[in-house]
Amino acid sequence: MSRRLMEGSEAIAHAAIAANCRFFAGYPMTPFTELLESFAKLLPTHDGVCINAESEIEAIGMAWGAAATGARAATGSTGQGLALMQESLSEISRASVPLVIFNMARGQGDYYQATRGGGHGDYRLMVLAPVDAEEAVELTQLAFHLADQWRHPVLVYGDYLLAHTSQAVEITPSKFGELPDKDWAVDGSLGGTGRSRNVNSIGMRKGEKGIDPEAFWGELQEKTERIAATEARFEAEGCEDAEIVIVAFGTLARFARYVVRELRAEGVRVGLFRPITLWPFPSEALAAATTGARRVAVLEQNAGQMIDDVRLSILGRVPVVSIGGISTDAAGFGIGPLLDAKVIRGRVEGVLKEAAA
Amino acid sequence: MSDQSDLQVLETTNPPSQPARQTGEFHPGLQLTTDHDLCPGCGEPIALRILLECIEELGLAERSIGVIGIGCYTALTSMIDVDLIQALHGRAPSVATGAKRMQPNNLLFTLQGDGDMVNEGLQEVLHTAARGERVTCILLNNGVFGETGGHMTATTVLGQRTKNTIEGRDADYHGHPILITDLIAQLGGTGFAARGSVHDAAAIGRTRRHVMRAFENQMRGDGFSFVEILTMCPTGWFIPTAEGPDYLNDVMAPVHRLGELKAGGILMDADPNEALPGRAESTS
Amino acid sequence: MSVVSRGTVRIATERCKGCELCIPACKPNVLRMSTRRNEQGLAYPELLPGCTGCNACLLVCPDFCFEVYQFDEPIIHDGVVKEANP
Repeated sequence: MSRRLMEGSEAIAHAAIAANCRFFAGYPMTPFTELLESFAKLLPTHDGVCINAESEIEAIGMAWGAAATGARAATGSTGQGLALMQESLSEISRASVPLVIFNMARGQGDYYQATRGGGHGDYRLMVLAPVDAEEAVELTQLAFHLADQWRHPVLVYGDYLLAHTSQAVEITPSKFGELPDKDWAVDGSLGGTGRSRNVNSIGMRKGEKGIDPEAFWGELQEKTERIAATEARFEAEGCEDAEIVIVAFGTLARFARYVVRELRAEGVRVGLFRPITLWPFPSEALAAATTGARRVAVLEQNAGQMIDDVRLSILGRVPVVSIGGISTDAAGFGIGPLLDAKVIRGRVEGVLKEAAA
Repeated sequence: MSDQSDLQVLETTNPPSQPARQTGEFHPGLQLTTDHDLCPGCGEPIALRILLECIEELGLAERSIGVIGIGCYTALTSMIDVDLIQALHGRAPSVATGAKRMQPNNLLFTLQGDGDMVNEGLQEVLHTAARGERVTCILLNNGVFGETGGHMTATTVLGQRTKNTIEGRDADYHGHPILITDLIAQLGGTGFAARGSVHDAAAIGRTRRHVMRAFENQMRGDGFSFVEILTMCPTGWFIPTAEGPDYLNDVMAPVHRLGELKAGGILMDADPNEALPGRAESTS
Repeated sequence: MSVVSRGTVRIATERCKGCELCIPACKPNVLRMSTRRNEQGLAYPELLPGCTGCNACLLVCPDFCFEVYQFDEPIIHDGVVKEANP
């Protein structure tokens, strides 16, 4: 496919299909609805299925069932719908089912929900945060790859602007390497062999009663730690000699990048550190990128969520300040006054002034 | 009436030494073990036997996927030699939907209790039926939340005593039971809906036929199929195990009436003769 | 008095939980609970002459304790009682 102007929602759906996603289920809710519409339009013509589920709980349930049979499957919603999905996300993580979930969020207030997990028990989701539609095309395909590679759910954190902004994109199928066979997948074929499967989250086995959840979840914890050690991703620009390092993710980081380049062109030493994975959070890289800075300024569209991870990465070596905040529109969809290069620049300049004093 | 003390107890540890043909096995071929910790007199393992025999008889063992709810019966999954997916309480029908859409040639069934399906998961099973998903949902209905100790569910009948309806379910205070098979049968997407029970051998035979017909309905592609199976729970019912079948027949079956409610997509009246099957008189 | 056994059963008494569902299920009424106990401390069913091999006990047992057989030739238990398995 050549370069075409399309909304982020459509680009994501095309990217998923390029990654051989064959199942999607969802429930309409702003600003996720267009993603559901795009899948509904595209999947039937690509040997796939898209179902309007009766609620978000059933949407993730259906995607769970599809993924458990070995098909690449996805679901999504916005923050409130994701809230309904939390019990299932916890179970899916602990059952090692590879599922991709899209949060087309209303701003950045779902950071805690995405990275801490609102479900029960010990689990983590991988979280990818694209900066624009072009990166979303790549990260969507990466999400399916990582999900299969680790047998683990991956959440893609988008937002209203990503969903609705039109951008010129090319849906290039990306290759990320070989993947193991899905011999764990339930397709009925081992019935009657004595080796039939049970995809479950607590360690139930066939042929013997009794379970050992502690051992089972302990192994999952080891897998989680391996993911944490290997899958952190980030982008850093101008941090090597920066006095102020701005930390931002998603669409807001696109604005921050603009401000950083503008200030750099004027000789101001500022840098941008953009986590691409919100979990695993690129703590080591952030610590390394900020050793020489005077301030780390966290720009996020919420009351202060990612700033916890920033502080945990820096551990007091450099003062961490917030230059973000709750910023949204009259409908609460996250199109707030903070999404403005002039406003952001003003806040950065405020930090520069304070740091110089 | 025979005087049983005159007759000798026969040896039953080994197979007979006289020429004989085995007509019944300890357990179905698709059952891996017989060891379970469900209560004495529980009807759920009886229903499991029916389910596995039907899959075997239809030759669908290598083409079946079961989605299991959460209740006492969940512990039976270690015995089932069919590919399974464990779902959350109430959430098996949606998982079965996704699995069936990706594996349309497989037999997809759910196995759920009444607390699971009719309380937590009522929305889910109704929508799955309305959409006509080609899956078979199987309900094990004992009128209580067994695994948590025997509390009222949406199918508990009026007058039934449970841990939280200790004086008996009262319509004013606790509301009325939901007759789920009747609701399911009304939906356009439902091809087959029946209610059976496991309180005696004859009822077990009729229930087996319901399950066979439900599975055949699915494999023909005739929409959603549903079988409710009334099972004994003497623990949840506060009665001795031997009284379980009578309780089921006298208390549960008059409300959750037995029979085929819908077949081939057409509603039918429950067979009045089957609704209250008589128990064989004991000769003692 | 003669009693005829057309069938017989094998009973896995060690896993019987003493629920007694098989007793009324048996139409010829040839099962009765033992006075002895299995290793779990529970009574279990014993078989008397007159079994028809109908499978009812097998069907109603929640613990899969029954295996059922039908004899090629029915066994006649005369007044001098003949054991099915010497």
